[in-house]
Amino acid sequence: MSETTRKLLLPGYRRDDVEAHPPLLSPGYKSTVIRAPQQPLTYLPQRLTEITGPLLGEGRLGELDHDLTRQHDGEPQGQRIIVHGRVLDGDGRAVPHSLVEIWQANAAGRYRHAIDNWPAPLDPHFTGVGRTLTDDQGRYEFVTVQPGAYPWRNHDNAWRPAHIHFSLFGRAFTQRLVTQMYFPGDPLFSQDPIFNSVRDPQARERMVARYDHAATRPEWALAYRFDIVLRGREATPFEDEDDDE
Amino acid sequence: MSERLGVTPAQTVGPYLHIGLSWPDGPYVVPEGTPGAFWIRGRIVDGTGAPVGDAMVESWQADPDGHFDHPDDPRGARAATVPGFRGFGRADTDAEGWYALHTVRPGPLPTPDGETEAPHLNLSVFGRGLLHRLVTRIYFPDEPANAADPVLRTVDPGRRDTLVARPAADGYQFDIRLQGEHETVFFAV
Ligand SMILES: [Fe+2]
Repeated sequence: MSETTRKLLLPGYRRDDVEAHPPLLSPGYKSTVIRAPQQPLTYLPQRLTEITGPLLGEGRLGELDHDLTRQHDGEPQGQRIIVHGRVLDGDGRAVPHSLVEIWQANAAGRYRHAIDNWPAPLDPHFTGVGRTLTDDQGRYEFVTVQPGAYPWRNHDNAWRPAHIHFSLFGRAFTQRLVTQMYFPGDPLFSQDPIFNSVRDPQARERMVARYDHAATRPEWALAYRFDIVLRGREATPFEDEDDDE
Repeated sequence: MSERLGVTPAQTVGPYLHIGLSWPDGPYVVPEGTPGAFWIRGRIVDGTGAPVGDAMVESWQADPDGHFDHPDDPRGARAATVPGFRGFGRADTDAEGWYALHTVRPGPLPTPDGETEAPHLNLSVFGRGLLHRLVTRIYFPDEPANAADPVLRTVDPGRRDTLVARPAADGYQFDIRLQGEHETVFFAV
C-alpha cells in the first residue's frame, strides 16, 4: 500500500567510466571473434535488481582460504609473495566486508585444472585458489607464490604475462567485476592481446600491481599492492542538496 | 565531492575459471526440497552454434515477495520468507554448454516511476573469450506482467523472446546465443 505508492529513491552507479573496459570484440584475442555479441547492448535502467546484490560473507570462507601457501601439508615451490590492497569505489570510498576470490597458475605457470596440460610441473602443494573478505576499510590480503607465465594458442608463440585472476562483488549487481592483476614491468605485456584489449594506457596501468617494499616481511616474503576500483555512485538527490554551495 | 578514481578494467575469466569460481552449492539459489522450487536450465552457444563449455552464469533475483535482503532496498532489507533463500546462483557450463540453476520465482518489483517490473532474474555470463561479463535477464513465459514490463518494452519486439524462458519438464529452459542469428539481448548496466 504505502509501500507501492511511496516514491522509491534508488542509488545509481555511474556509467561514465565504462569506457575503461575492453571492447567485447577485440580480434587480437581470437575467441572474442565468435563469442562477442554483434548487436549493440541495450540500455538497462538501474532499478532494484541492479542496485542490490549478493552480500556473501564468512560462510563462504575456509580458515586458510587467504593463504595459498598453507593449504597443503607441505609448502609450494616458488617465490612467496603477499598481495594486498583495498577495494574502493570510484569515489574513493572503501568497499567493506566484500568477497574477493582469486585463482592463479603455480610458480611454473601451470593451473591445477583438467584441461591445462602443457609440459610444466604441477605442484602437489599448490591449488592456486584463494578467498577472503575485505575488512571495514576495504582492505584485503593474500599470501601466495609468484605465478609463472604460460603459453597459449592464440597466436604464434603466445605467452600470457604472469597474472592473478580476481573476482569482486562490491555491494551491488552493477559493481560486479572480474579482472586480472599483473606484475610491474612484465616483458610479455607487448604481445598479450588480453592485457592490451584495454585500449587506454592509463586504464591498463590500473591492472598492474606495484611492488610494495614496505609490506614485505624480512626473510620471508616480497609484497605487491593492488588496489581495485569498482564503479562509483551517482549523487543521490540528498547529496545534491548537501553539495549546494 | 570526494576524489574520482578510474575503475579497474574487466578481463576475461579465461579457460581455467572453474578452479576459482565453481562452488559445489553454486546452482542452489534455494536449497533442495524448497516447496515450489524448479530448475532453469539452458545451453550457451557461440556465433558458430558450437556449445560454450567454459562459461559460467551468475543469477541475482528478488525473493518471491519481491524484496531484497539488502541495505540499499529503500523499502528496508528483509529476510526472505523462503528458508535458505540466497538470491544468488552460480553455475558453470558442461562440455555441451549446459548450465542449471535451482530457484523459485521472484516477485514483481516496483519502479521509481510507479511502474511494475515483471518477475525476472538478472544473469551475468562469464567465459573465455568474454573480456567483460555479459548481462541479460530471464523472464517467465505466460506471465501477464511481461506485457507492461518497462525493460521488455524497450527491447526490439523481434528480439524480446530471447529474454523469455520456455517451459521445461522440471522448470524452464533459457538458452543463450552469444552472437549471430537469434542473438540474446544483452544489457549495458
Ligand atoms: Fe590465467
